Amino acid sequence: MGSQGGFYQSKEFLDLVKSIGEARSKAEEDRIVLGEIETLKRRISDPDIPKRKMKEYIIRLVYVEMLGHDASFGYIHAVKMTHDDSLLVKRTGYLAVTLFLNEDHDLIILIVNTIQKDLKSDNYLVVCTALNAVCKLINEETIPAVLPLVVELLAHPKEAVRKKAIMALHRFYQKSPSSVSHLVSNFRKRLCDNDPGVMGATLCPLFELITIDVNSYKDLVMSFVSILKQVTERRLPKAYDYHQMPAPFIQIKLLKILALLGSGDKQASENMYTVVGDIFRKCDSSSNIGNAVLYECICCVSSIYPNPKLLESAADAISRFLKSDSHNLKYMGIDALGRLIKISPEIAEQHQLAVIDCLEDPDDTLKRKTFELLYKMTKSTNVEVIVDRMIDYMISINDNHYKTEIASRCVELAEQFAPSNQWFIQTMNKVFAHAGDLVNTKVAHNLMRLIAEGFGEEDDTADSQLRSSAVESYLHILGEPKLPSVFLQVICWVLGEYGTADGRYSASYITGKLCDVAEAYSDDETVKAYAVTALMKIYAIEIAAGRKVDMLPECQALMEEFLASHSTDLQQRAYELQAVIGLDAHAVESIMPSDASCEDIEVDKALSFLNGYIQDSIEKGAQPYIPESERSGMLNISNFRNQDHHEASSHGLRFEAYELPNQTVQSRIPPASLASTELVPVPEPMYVRESYQTTIVPSASSDAGSTELKLRLDGVQKKWGRQTHSSATSTSSSTSQKTVNGITQVDGSNTSNSRTRETYDSRKQHVEVTPEKQKLAASLFGGSSKSEKKPATGHKIPKPSSHVVEKSHARKSSMEIASEKKASFQQPPDLLDFGEPTVKSAAPSVDPFKELEGLLEPTTQVASDENHGSTTAAAKSPDIMGLYTETHAGIYDKDDSDILSGLSNPPVTNMFGGTTSMQVAQSSKGPNLKDALEKDALVRQMGVTPSSPNPNLFKDLFG
Amino acid sequence: MIKAVMVINTQGKPRLAKFFEYLPLEKQQELIRNVFGVLCSRPENVSNFVEAESIFGPDSRLVYKHFATLYVIFVFDSSENELAMLDLIQVLVETLDRCFKNVCELDIVFNYSKIHTILDDIICGGQVLETRSTEIMRAVEEISKLEAAPNAITLIPKSSSGWLSR
Repeated sequence: MGSQGGFYQSKEFLDLVKSIGEARSKAEEDRIVLGEIETLKRRISDPDIPKRKMKEYIIRLVYVEMLGHDASFGYIHAVKMTHDDSLLVKRTGYLAVTLFLNEDHDLIILIVNTIQKDLKSDNYLVVCTALNAVCKLINEETIPAVLPLVVELLAHPKEAVRKKAIMALHRFYQKSPSSVSHLVSNFRKRLCDNDPGVMGATLCPLFELITIDVNSYKDLVMSFVSILKQVTERRLPKAYDYHQMPAPFIQIKLLKILALLGSGDKQASENMYTVVGDIFRKCDSSSNIGNAVLYECICCVSSIYPNPKLLESAADAISRFLKSDSHNLKYMGIDALGRLIKISPEIAEQHQLAVIDCLEDPDDTLKRKTFELLYKMTKSTNVEVIVDRMIDYMISINDNHYKTEIASRCVELAEQFAPSNQWFIQTMNKVFAHAGDLVNTKVAHNLMRLIAEGFGEEDDTADSQLRSSAVESYLHILGEPKLPSVFLQVICWVLGEYGTADGRYSASYITGKLCDVAEAYSDDETVKAYAVTALMKIYAIEIAAGRKVDMLPECQALMEEFLASHSTDLQQRAYELQAVIGLDAHAVESIMPSDASCEDIEVDKALSFLNGYIQDSIEKGAQPYIPESERSGMLNISNFRNQDHHEASSHGLRFEAYELPNQTVQSRIPPASLASTELVPVPEPMYVRESYQTTIVPSASSDAGSTELKLRLDGVQKKWGRQTHSSATSTSSSTSQKTVNGITQVDGSNTSNSRTRETYDSRKQHVEVTPEKQKLAASLFGGSSKSEKKPATGHKIPKPSSHVVEKSHARKSSMEIASEKKASFQQPPDLLDFGEPTVKSAAPSVDPFKELEGLLEPTTQVASDENHGSTTAAAKSPDIMGLYTETHAGIYDKDDSDILSGLSNPPVTNMFGGTTSMQVAQSSKGPNLKDALEKDALVRQMGVTPSSPNPNLFKDLFG
Repeated sequence: MIKAVMVINTQGKPRLAKFFEYLPLEKQQELIRNVFGVLCSRPENVSNFVEAESIFGPDSRLVYKHFATLYVIFVFDSSENELAMLDLIQVLVETLDRCFKNVCELDIVFNYSKIHTILDDIICGGQVLETRSTEIMRAVEEISKLEAAPNAITLIPKSSSGWLSR
């Protein structure tokens, strides 16, 4: 039953899929698909096929196209389907159209009208479908056709529609910022939407806007901080929890935004410290999503104005990532480390061994990430080790793209940090020899320039040393077979310029070598051209020095060959060479000055040497030259053409209905006037005031704002406050406090177990450390003696030097961590306490007694529920554990390729592990939460409950 | 922004491909082939991330998850968080599992349009829109209900009445 899921499919389609699945070769598959295309072509053009059948054909077309075959004959039918009245047929039509067509396809014009109609539909499902299509199919030209409608939908009563409308608007912004630039304030407005889902969706466009222009959104810092605070304090409905984390995807987006806003802004950053610190403390590092949030925190901390305490937390989190067994976490750890070392370079030292382990990991992704980290932390002290490693890795891989990247990084590092000329030349030789054809030719030219100019110091002896060592190494390398073309070009050039410069090699020796090159790589014109020019330079130097030139016989043979070459470039060079040889010393000196490759050549841009010629011509009656800007007649013509073109394009498409001439005006002053009577009670001018208030007193809110805000209550109430609580009470079972204690105890021992295991592991790891690795670490991270002097900060990885010290150290440090953890769990309550009363004011309509009932065992029930979740799965429908036990039972029903067998076997254990450790966090945090709730209940009983029934969560943000 | 979602089986056959930026058909096929080539050569027990710049151009990352006979693959740029994307795959698969009770490869093939509906609810225009699988399920069920009663399908009113004119 599940496999059909209510969506009708025919036997024919099933057979098709089956036969494709059984196809043993690509050719067989193609044959089957081509047969299918023929069938579809025939049937689809039949005028009276039932809609249901048609729908299936279209789906089959989509399928065919996914397999890589052209299905364009059916596009028009898909377009026709979008016009259908039935929602289902329409949906299929839209789906096919979004998959088939791109935004510039000719058929789009046939859909725009349908989209317009559907955006106005009563049925919100139709509107959603149309909005999906809008995101994909509307291009810059057609935006004006749907823009007003989309803007109106921002105030639609259904949150699903509002969300999609925001996305559509965001998409418009991406496609053509100018067309919606007057509407970006809508995103700000939607930030205080009643529905957290809509608010979350708004973060996407805001993130992009802030990326582009940080400064105009600085006023929102407090709002974002406050939203994030509320999210982390679990004030969102429980439905937003994911794996026991409160709305983690929203948290991540907010942290990204804060990272942007706080970058280099001390004042803004200071507002963020508390909330980011809170997340560090509360975040559950046992689940994948918890780590995702933690990672985002680290990114945020490394981006905003540095705060020592947060940096410490970030460093802790990184070390947890790096110590983890999961490659994913190691990867994130390495990435995070790369971010943090920009601010506190010393942190890398603690993790040197972990980094080196990652460098030797079989996982390629991790390895590359580690190289990226090394690239970031290269200094003149460790450049040799790092670049050597990089080159070794470069040689070992086949992926050209990455080879290129790493080669150019090697070059860059070598240029920047080279400790000696010798090393530099050798490194470059290695890079060129192994990735020569992949590196950018610019790199080669850089190298030539570097050799010619030296390292910029005014030290001529160093420069000439560099040159002669280059010449020597190149002469040596020329003996090797099959060198890359770019490298040969460099070699030829250097030999030509400096081959005989230091007098160690005779001209005939160098020219002989150059001839060998030209002969050995006779199919490479560029190399041959470089060789000829190099020969010319050598001979020119000889002639200029007054020595007699004897052309080697093989060189003469070569020249004769080139004089008759098909390549005009080669011919030209050969003739030039011949001409140069015939000249006297003085002439040669002036056309081919030695070592002048870096001299500036003066270019007379005004072509003043032609002045006399022009004068002559004008005197003979020629027309004087008129600069382009002054050619008025021409300009007019082109202008005219532009206009013409412009008009044509504006005549091409008219989206506005004729009878509504003021529609465009409406769109310019968005829903403000319209909305005030509608559902959005946030008119534009008020917004400014609101945000102003926000910045000053973010939480002193209720009375002033309540008059305007009262309008939007009814639907909201349920969505925000109540649901959470009611769902909580409904699931609450009568488990006693004792169980909680029991669990806490068990969990406590569990944690200590895992702690000790971890310690053991880390110890074992350290024992395994080979002397080689230590050496590598030392060379990479610049000596390991320093960290020994920091016994106070226990959780740093002890360094490799002494094993005995290390063991006890590690053990001690883990104890410290454990005790610290305990302490930190005890601390957080005060924050919660302060926060809570406002929450309650947000959900006052809940029956106080019921509320109190719920308060008595709020944590108990959470913990126990989870504990028994696997057995009493049926009790609660959105229970993940339940999902998995169910699948366990049902897994053998289907024998063919079950996703779940993958999902349930290895990951299930993960899941269970994940949830149990969730319990740890939950239960240890439990008492505090309970305290807080009790306190809150007390407050409420004493009648401090605010009278306003407005449950809007973000009320305190916006007045 | 998310650039693409793919589901490929372990033999390299695409089971679902959705590109959020338009790409010509041949390019799509090439990308699918390249991705499969990279994935099937990766050893077990390594990270779920792959450097995808050589396949998808600059600023692109790839996260995949291997389930039984399927790879589920998300391609996205640096504005998303890798671990979070891994969880988004989880959300997708969990939703599919709720939808089909023990989802398997065949379910995905036969319910092509339904899968797309689910995906459209999760990701819209390349941005993550919804991560609650209960909510996604509700939306899908609403459409399924319509399907179950094919004759009672609400017709789309011709006029632009409704809430706008109120």
